[in-house]
Amino acid sequence: MYNFDFVKPATVEEALAALSDEDAQPLSGGQTLIPSMKQRLNAPSKLVSLLGIAALKGVKTSGDVMEIGATTTHAEVAAQATAYPALAALAGAIGDPAVRNRGTLGGSLANNDPAACYPAAVLASGATVVTSGREIAADDFFDGMFTTALDDGEIVTAVKFPIPQAAAYVKFEQPASRFPLCGVFVAKYADGVRVAVTGASEEGVFRWTEAEAALSADFSAGALTDLSLPADGMMTDLHGSAEYRAHLVKVLTGRAVSAAA
Amino acid sequence: MKLTMHVNGREVTGEAEGRTLLSAFLRDALGLTGTHIGCDTSQCGACTVHVDGRQVKSCTMFAAEAEGAQVTTIEGMENADGSLSVIQQAFQDHHGLQCGFCTPGMVMAAAALLRDIPQPTEAQIRAHLDGNICRCTGYHNIVKAILAASGQPVAMAAE
Ligand SMILES: Cc1cc2nc3c(=O)[nH]c(=O)nc-3n(C[C@H](O)[C@H](O)[C@H](O)COP(=O)(O)OP(=O)(O)OC[C@H]3O[C@@H](n4cnc5c(N)ncnc54)[C@H](O)[C@@H]3O)c2cc1C
Ligand code: FES
Ligand code: FES
Repeated sequence: MYNFDFVKPATVEEALAALSDEDAQPLSGGQTLIPSMKQRLNAPSKLVSLLGIAALKGVKTSGDVMEIGATTTHAEVAAQATAYPALAALAGAIGDPAVRNRGTLGGSLANNDPAACYPAAVLASGATVVTSGREIAADDFFDGMFTTALDDGEIVTAVKFPIPQAAAYVKFEQPASRFPLCGVFVAKYADGVRVAVTGASEEGVFRWTEAEAALSADFSAGALTDLSLPADGMMTDLHGSAEYRAHLVKVLTGRAVSAAA
Repeated sequence: MKLTMHVNGREVTGEAEGRTLLSAFLRDALGLTGTHIGCDTSQCGACTVHVDGRQVKSCTMFAAEAEGAQVTTIEGMENADGSLSVIQQAFQDHHGLQCGFCTPGMVMAAAALLRDIPQPTEAQIRAHLDGNICRCTGYHNIVKAILAASGQPVAMAAE
């Protein structure tokens, strides 16, 4: 790994100032960034650790909105997001215990891995991503594999999740990487159902709108019977073909609805 | 840069670069080579240590992030009189190791589990070991050792 300067500011303002240098990059849990730096896929000249900023950490619920700070670890969300059980369960099943003790919500969203779990929860919840400069609706945040609406030097500070009436996340695990081969988050709100799929599309996380319409009319796995997702644009790799993934999406959506209902 | 942290209850200071991993700091700067580096890619868990009481992979954390922290490594697991701790003894009694390479990480993972769940089920033990890979034992004896360390009955390995 190439060397870099390490700084650990105590406030968002100091972090933004440190990030204004060219080639500076934020560091959160490091569970994605450190492996990619070891592979020299990433070689920042300066890393700005966000973990010293107390304001970026914690889970707060007011009314039917849960706000989670960007540096809250997966383990902390699993333990503290009790008002949104499907989200707590998702966080508690990411990777393994050591990954959950370091990895964070903000890092996962900024990275937007096409197989990551959190993007599905954020998109299915119609959550709002709060950054150092603005608020971005989930529908506008994810911009294809490993790409988001974040500008250079802009950091995620928190995410606001509207708490659904019912929800569940079901993933089919790829046992070697412990990432989902495919995962589906279903969330039912007063104004309709949202379904977000990770691990399947070449474009990263997406909403399956046909399933949303069917489930908004009838929130049961049976409502999906006549639907099928085309294999076009689904990922193919050594773990599964595009057709297999398209099929899995439907199966997992049904399981998620049954788990939530 | 100079880093100071508390390792196994002792305050230590050592020299590190930004890129120095906690695993390298423990092994090279402090000479604590019980923390093993198996994969160096956050897959195997051989490098598992506790930072402020939480289990982490020390190959996937910068040493600088542990500045001021309480770190526990396998060297800190023995009893005060130098005898093996309950978990370590259970690994020996139940043949929970063969080559021993994964063992420091397995013991640290087991200790974190038993602190949170003093009497885990077999399924909870297996789920907790998701990030710790063993190429020798086939896991059964590791699971038995952890069950035994938690005070639950297990069939003894054949003499
Ligand atoms: C063995 C293993 C198994 C895993 N399994 C899963 C899994 O099943 N599901 C899953 O979803 N993930 C999984 N992960 C990934 C894990 O969840 C990571 O923790 C997460 O993707 C990145 O979070 P981080 O806090 O570690 O971010 P980092 O690695 O610190 O950062 C990732 C990227 O985001 C940027 N960044 C970090 N924080 C911010 C911020 N606040 N604002 C803007 N940019 C920021 C960084 O500059 C970097 O580019 C796994 C990882 C490992 C090592
Ligand atoms: S050496 Fe750290 S996980 Fe393998
Ligand atoms: S005992 Fe050899 S790797 Fe576990």
